[in-house]
Amino acid sequence: MRHLLSIEDLDRPGIERILDRAKSFTEVSEREVKKVPALRGRRVLNLFYEASTRTRSSFELAAKTLSAEVINFVSSGSSVEKGESLKDTVQTLSAYRPDLIVIRTPHVGAAELVARWSPAAVVNAGDGKHEHPTQALLDVYTLRERLGALDGASIWIVGDVLHSRVARSNIQAFTKLGASVTVCGPPTLLPRGVESLGCDVRYTLDGLDEADVVYALRMQKERMTESFVPSLREYAARYQIDGRRLGARQILMHPGPVNRGVELAAEVIDSPQAVIGQQVAAGVVVRMAVLYELLAGRTAPDRTLVTA
Amino acid sequence: MNPAALPKPAEPLVHRAQPPADLVIRGARVLDPRAGIDGVHDVLIRGGTIAEIGAPAAPEGVESLDGEGKQLFPGFVDPHVHLRVPGQEHKEDLDSGTRAAAAGGFVAVVAMPNTDPVIDDATVLRSLREAARHEARIPVGFLAGVTRDLGGDALTEMAELADAGALGFTDDGRPVHRAAILRKALQYQRLCGGLLALHEEDPSLSGVGVMHEGDVSARLGLAGIPSISESTMIARDAAIAGYEQGRIHIQHLSAHESVEAVADAKARGVRITAEASPHHLTLTHDAIAERLDTRLKMNPPLRDELDRRALVDGLRDGTIDCIATDHAPHAREEKEVPFEEAPMGTTGLETAFAAVHTELVVPGVLPLALVVEKLSAGAALMGLAVPRIAVGEPAALCLVDLDAEWQVGEAGYESRSENCCFAGRTLRGRVLATVAAGSVVYRERAFALTAA
Repeated sequence: MRHLLSIEDLDRPGIERILDRAKSFTEVSEREVKKVPALRGRRVLNLFYEASTRTRSSFELAAKTLSAEVINFVSSGSSVEKGESLKDTVQTLSAYRPDLIVIRTPHVGAAELVARWSPAAVVNAGDGKHEHPTQALLDVYTLRERLGALDGASIWIVGDVLHSRVARSNIQAFTKLGASVTVCGPPTLLPRGVESLGCDVRYTLDGLDEADVVYALRMQKERMTESFVPSLREYAARYQIDGRRLGARQILMHPGPVNRGVELAAEVIDSPQAVIGQQVAAGVVVRMAVLYELLAGRTAPDRTLVTA
Repeated sequence: MNPAALPKPAEPLVHRAQPPADLVIRGARVLDPRAGIDGVHDVLIRGGTIAEIGAPAAPEGVESLDGEGKQLFPGFVDPHVHLRVPGQEHKEDLDSGTRAAAAGGFVAVVAMPNTDPVIDDATVLRSLREAARHEARIPVGFLAGVTRDLGGDALTEMAELADAGALGFTDDGRPVHRAAILRKALQYQRLCGGLLALHEEDPSLSGVGVMHEGDVSARLGLAGIPSISESTMIARDAAIAGYEQGRIHIQHLSAHESVEAVADAKARGVRITAEASPHHLTLTHDAIAERLDTRLKMNPPLRDELDRRALVDGLRDGTIDCIATDHAPHAREEKEVPFEEAPMGTTGLETAFAAVHTELVVPGVLPLALVVEKLSAGAALMGLAVPRIAVGEPAALCLVDLDAEWQVGEAGYESRSENCCFAGRTLRGRVLATVAAGSVVYRERAFALTAA
């Protein structure tokens, strides 16, 4: 594996190898000295064109735990605001010779472009509404911890699938590991053709009780002004996961940050079914595994790959 | 005002004067479906005019081109190109755009008015035509805006623009969104003539879409442009044109619903014509799934296989009248950005024949004669002379090697821009030489060397 750009590029053994590696890293976080020298002297560049708390900090923590050097580059206050193109920024930052670039942008395909323009290994930390592969990996990691395996599990992804890169990566990751996926939300927020990803489509929560896992997506307030839904109140009434709708044996997931009282009721966020905290914790070990997979045993990138 | 002071009608096409050709093309298979010619002949051109077809003796001082094993077609006419002049010469200019056209076998092109400034008044049009008189390698005609600044609100001075040489009117790049404005333009058409060429799209349906709405956009997470954005506007405008008995031309059809809408309107007797581009006839959104390449981003977008087949069928059954490239050059830095950020458009003049030949003629989907005819049929729609290979006609033809394979972009482009959606593909069929308005305007490099 040279880059991690999408779940689409991975097969089941590839996903499982990363999950197994992540599992082996869990004991590091339990040590008094939370550091191993696996990536000592390697340079990781965090290039974030979008606000992010947990993804960026967990990549940073993952890299530092493996003893890599981390440079953070955020778009505000940078040359990007002065009109520098993505290509120029990437080529400029490549002069710092990063071994790996973690990139988050609002644009579909941007991580792939960075991989084309830089000799470094590239990890897609979210490209527009396309994919967020490390989120999917940490989600399947969390589920494997709870269920042992995803084979045969029924997973409902509920909410704004149209604008969700998490949904697109997770539908693929879940189905690749043997789960069956149902997406559910208002028809205005389910992309035409989404069934081609291999999922069932529902417009109501009727039948939610058959799910082993309920994965709620973040519902952004601006979707109302764009008239995707008439009101958040009506949305919440029909699609909110609350104490009545969530069964005792079901697992509740959410990629965060949560809109309390919109997609999730307060009582389920703090319920024993919720694994939202475990997802965040899994984020660090899974990202350690991804960095390790891409960098350990690999020599520094070949500069001759830089193209004009 | 003294009636004598009214301007006399401008000639429809303008170009740079070049020496008339004295040339004999030996042994080529001459194919002109309209003239009813399909056979091996020598064609003699004297002083830019086709002097003899048959086996003429070569007079003194006449260059001879070896056409053996090659095809001689009437030159192609493109009713839809963007030459980017004035204002965006970093993308294309009159010289480079018409050079690209000549390299594609085109003998005339019609340029769109979405320039900077927009071609929306006679002064700008006159100065542009004057520039073309010095710079254009092949004859160029111009459409003017339907509305001022293509803003959709106020009609341009259509009659004055027609007098100054506008072949017709279009807000191409945008729809004429308000039905009442289109209606008035159709009423004004009775006064000033000229074609109304329409880019059909409902902005409220297209939204922020960047590609065809379908399974590929769903997978990629890209906002989609639904096919109904185009077809609903065609249905609306056909109804208005029928009511006003005006004449409309639908630009770049992309969706199967659009083909149906045009066919329905034609069946009702509406004076409507339509074009399709080589890229919509040969590519689908699956190409974007393979590689998120901004050269594949255009408006209307590449749609699905059902749509592509409907366009091919429409071309075959006459619902679609002509092939038009919508040649839309953009600078490298403008296209070297994430897909959603990139401007819409692909170049197409240099690859038009080769793409359609490779994807539709070679596999036996469409007959060669039909493609040759459709590549020049745009001329008649624009009120221009249709190139013919016949004695006494001004020479407007191209010599083509159907067997030549070439990789698009491998040796660069004649266009100033390189945003060709066929880049990297191997195509069959290469234009070797083009004669436009009686002058040799293009020779393929290798062919020029061997012919010399």
